[in-house]
Amino acid sequence: MARGKRGLPEVNASSMADIAFLLLIFFLVTTQIDADKGIKVKLPPWSDEEPDPLKLKTRNVYSVLVNADNELLVRGEAMDPAELKDNTKEFIMNPQKLENLSESPSQAIISLKNDRGTEYETYIMVYNELKAAYNELWEDEAQAAYSREYEDLDISLRKKIREKIPLVISEAEPTEFGEVK
Amino acid sequence: MSKFKQKRGKGMPAVSTASLPDIIFMLLFFFMVVTTLRDNTLLVGVQVPEATELNKLEEKSLVMYMYLGKPLEQYQNLYGTATRMQLGDKFSTIDDLPLFIERKKLKTDERKHPFLIASMKVDKKVTMGIVSDVKTKLRKLGQLSVNYSSRARGQDL
Repeated sequence: MARGKRGLPEVNASSMADIAFLLLIFFLVTTQIDADKGIKVKLPPWSDEEPDPLKLKTRNVYSVLVNADNELLVRGEAMDPAELKDNTKEFIMNPQKLENLSESPSQAIISLKNDRGTEYETYIMVYNELKAAYNELWEDEAQAAYSREYEDLDISLRKKIREKIPLVISEAEPTEFGEVK
Repeated sequence: MSKFKQKRGKGMPAVSTASLPDIIFMLLFFFMVVTTLRDNTLLVGVQVPEATELNKLEEKSLVMYMYLGKPLEQYQNLYGTATRMQLGDKFSTIDDLPLFIERKKLKTDERKHPFLIASMKVDKKVTMGIVSDVKTKLRKLGQLSVNYSSRARGQDL
């Protein structure tokens, strides 16, 4: 029996690379490496009662209005978006204890209002500036109190900082201006 | 003379390609792991705005995607050019939100319900009216964690 001596013929594996290449190219094309990122917000729970703005002292409220023409009105005066962050920081911390700025960081409230016709891009830009103001204040506080970066702190310490300078951005219902239906 | 005779025809030996598949497989596995397949085909055009204060979305399975934007060209004769919302893979209205969120909740572990997050992918040219409507609805439904999807921007303003 001459045939019995022959072992199994070896499977030709030279096309393995081609198959792998094909799969590789498929995944290369469909890959999106950049992770989903965005600005995280916590919406206030819904209540049917209208919040009463009269309960708050005017000096503690930093009202920001973005109108349908994407212009910025801060406390009744027009402002360049580039200045918003620094002005917000000054309002919250009130380093010179001015009469018209917030009594203390924990009492400061930012009231953000927009028209229905405001562009989303502008809204995000303004929101981003406000959040950046808080992030920078937290960073400063972390450096001053613990001489470490805010990101590196424990959760409990971070919470402490956030209680000292709480992020309060209240958003009023938008006014009915300028929406293109 | 010598026992070990030099072989004749000493050309360059061929480079062995036997390990090529292994290398390719390694690359393949890398890409398989980092790939996130887009699970929804977009019906609306979405170009998210740019921002700097970004958080990463940690757990993909806890994210509900909501797309707001102008319908793509091939749908415009049917749905018009006004801003529409897309939930899952179809055009929806605000009234579809409760069911959409409830379906998502059914699919996720009950202990993880508080960590569900709504990712709003909104085109930058959209006006805030419809965005506010969605936000109000989300507040009424108790879905308070929201993520405004944005791209990273350099520090310059």
